[in-house]
Amino acid sequence: MNSQVLSLIAGRVGVALVTLLIVSFIVFAATEMLPGDVAQVLLGQAATPEAVAGLREAMHLDQPAIMRFLNWLGGLLHGDLGHSYTNRMAVAELIAARLENTLKLAAITTSVAVPVALAFGILTAIWRGSLFDRAISTLVVGVISVPEFMVATLAVLVFAVWLGWLPALSFGGSTQGIWDILRAYAMPVITLTFVVSAQMIRMTRAAVIETMKSPYVEMALLKGASRSRMVLRHALPNAIGPIVNAMALSLSYLLGGVIIVETIFNYPGVAKLMVDAVATRDLPLIQGCAMIFCLGYLLLITIADVVAILSNPRLRH
Amino acid sequence: MSEKKVTNWTSADDAMVENALRRGASRRDLLRMFMMGGIGAVAGGSILGRASAALAATPVSGGHLRAAGWSSSTADTLDPAAASLTTDYVRCCAYYNRLTILDEHGQLQMELAESIESDDAVVWTVKLKSGVTFHNGKTLTADDVVFSLQRHSDPAVGSKVATIAKQIAEVKAENPTTVRITLAAANADLPTILAMHHFMIVAEGTTDFSKGNGTGAFVSQEFQPGVRSVGVRNENYFKPQKAHLESFEYFGISDDNARVNAVLSGDIDFGATIKPQYTRIAEGQPGVVLSKTTSGNYTNLNMRLDLSPGDKAGFVEGMKYLLNRELIQRSALRGLAEIANDQPISPISAFHNAELKPREYDPERAKSLFDKAGLLGQRIEVVTSDAAGSATDMAMILQQAGSEIGMNLDIQRVPSDGYWSNYWLKAPVHFGNINPRPTPDILFSLLYASDAPWNESRYQSEKFDSMLLEARGELEFARRKEIYDEMQVMISNEAGTAIPLYLSNVDIHSAKLHGLRPSPLGGQMGYAFAEYVWLDA
Repeated sequence: MNSQVLSLIAGRVGVALVTLLIVSFIVFAATEMLPGDVAQVLLGQAATPEAVAGLREAMHLDQPAIMRFLNWLGGLLHGDLGHSYTNRMAVAELIAARLENTLKLAAITTSVAVPVALAFGILTAIWRGSLFDRAISTLVVGVISVPEFMVATLAVLVFAVWLGWLPALSFGGSTQGIWDILRAYAMPVITLTFVVSAQMIRMTRAAVIETMKSPYVEMALLKGASRSRMVLRHALPNAIGPIVNAMALSLSYLLGGVIIVETIFNYPGVAKLMVDAVATRDLPLIQGCAMIFCLGYLLLITIADVVAILSNPRLRH
Repeated sequence: MSEKKVTNWTSADDAMVENALRRGASRRDLLRMFMMGGIGAVAGGSILGRASAALAATPVSGGHLRAAGWSSSTADTLDPAAASLTTDYVRCCAYYNRLTILDEHGQLQMELAESIESDDAVVWTVKLKSGVTFHNGKTLTADDVVFSLQRHSDPAVGSKVATIAKQIAEVKAENPTTVRITLAAANADLPTILAMHHFMIVAEGTTDFSKGNGTGAFVSQEFQPGVRSVGVRNENYFKPQKAHLESFEYFGISDDNARVNAVLSGDIDFGATIKPQYTRIAEGQPGVVLSKTTSGNYTNLNMRLDLSPGDKAGFVEGMKYLLNRELIQRSALRGLAEIANDQPISPISAFHNAELKPREYDPERAKSLFDKAGLLGQRIEVVTSDAAGSATDMAMILQQAGSEIGMNLDIQRVPSDGYWSNYWLKAPVHFGNINPRPTPDILFSLLYASDAPWNESRYQSEKFDSMLLEARGELEFARRKEIYDEMQVMISNEAGTAIPLYLSNVDIHSAKLHGLRPSPLGGQMGYAFAEYVWLDA
């Protein structure tokens, strides 16, 4: 039984690695297709043909694309992500500082959003059709429909500009003391919790309700189990697979999808780094970021798969 | 509080009050002025308090300034030669110095140079000030100047002024405090050219620019590209008046709304360059001040003279008449612009030709010109993008004017990303945006000479080229002005570039920040504000 689980997991990891390779190639090809190159972007409006040619040569951009890709891939195997074209700093160093901030924000958001989502998801499933269920469901649909820049901007307007309770900007790590840190993280975390937990609440509710339709739950009911015992003891364990999957999908968003929150709160995370890199055609940095996003996504999905396999014996066959 | 709140107060009114105060208006005069303007005496009193406090303040030493520009990315640099965005300029102005500098009236002043002289505008002698040290303790010598000026010709540096620096044929250190610069051809503007941000002086042999080792008023303490930079006051600064601020933090907030909100909530003391649409949010808010500068930055409509429809006689002239400059000024730019006369030298320059009047909005005349060119009713593509400030708003107003006379202008809005390499200079009819340049010579050689790298409309004129050369070598002001005046008339009538307005730059800052003066060199006091401003405790 155990070796079976292990081989299943090994298979998942193998698929993840192949996906990473494919992603790196696609990202490389996509950036090749972007108009203009880093020499042109660096010189900006001042780019005369001679200046561009000179800078391209100095940066080894005149080599064929495939050579540059293979060089980069070779470096990656040695753990070397290369150097940024625009500021000549090591990509690993650039990403490390930002990734720490992103992970910090993601961790805090997760620790708030997941319990909230689970609680609301399960409660609405238990009291399905009640006023509470309808109120929460309506609210959740509302939150999903409001774009996050709106949520963030409104939050800033109310809590920072009108009330003056919270700072409008959040500089990751540059604050001292637990109170300052709480204040600095409050608004980005609230905004992100709004965005990610809405999806999770709906998925949790749907998954629990789905399992509650199965015969064994009905059996538990007929045997006199209370409503909450029926949900928590009988339905929930069997709904863990889809719930964890939904969470993985929502949380993967916290790695690369938080660009709007990072922009509005001036939070130095890795998503903004990637946007900068695309704007400046900084290929090594784009690839580094893309690989990190892809890795994070695959990691979460793989964990969700493994949890699903472990929680549901039927998936092991 | 509500009765004190003024709802229709604009920055123009602020300027009016300050002007009146400078001219010596009494409190009573001003209150009468407010009453006439429909603003109650109570509100008038509170505004008056604000304006007179701004004038009476004396510098305070100390404090930490948090300021935000509009753009910042991993491409941020402390290398003055490669600096490309205003955020880079602000940092360079804080950490480095130039040989010369233009003051708030556009007049040339010496900074690191003691004097710059020439008899023939070809060979120049630069004498350096003594006792100037870099942040790492090294003394400034002629070798540093030679190194700094020669860097621009190395393509690997990626200098933004490589084309301008090309005219410097030779730079030699005569002795430790004297540099001799020999130009390829006479250019009387050299001292002004050396005042450009890119010609800041760095220490000889510098290859690592992450330390920002210059002679400037602040010493770089922290520099994270795309995140932030922090500088502390340079206690060994060579100017007798050192920076007032204890430390200075600068970063980018690209979202206009977020930048304004950060100032309103007091998280930052200064936000650079806000769009005209946001000025209303900030006006009338307590504790917040708007600072406006018009410095010759413009968004223009380019019609290539070598492609259809620009090659048909009458089209360009018709388009110049079709631009409703006053409407654009009032609606698209909320009054934050000055009407221009289709040539690039702004009214703040001593060389601006004030005789040359802007074209009136005249759709009937445009219609007859288009009709003569056989273009009336044809679909004409106009490429616009947010990359050129307010271009899309201008395009819409132009399109509306066109439709009223049966001219079908098809506005193509394309993404900002890649606009300058894909559409600008290339599309037959498109918008552009040009930053202020210190001299007419730079503007003309860059944009209108027959071999100009950014000849936006492919304007070709031998007469213009020879006049440009003549003016360049001319040391006498009156004669130069005469030549430049005529060149402005030529461009305004013949080139395929319509320059409807000079745009204003608006910065927003906390009322605690003082010493910020409008500068003709651009917003943020020509990007050099950190050295001059102070914060109330």
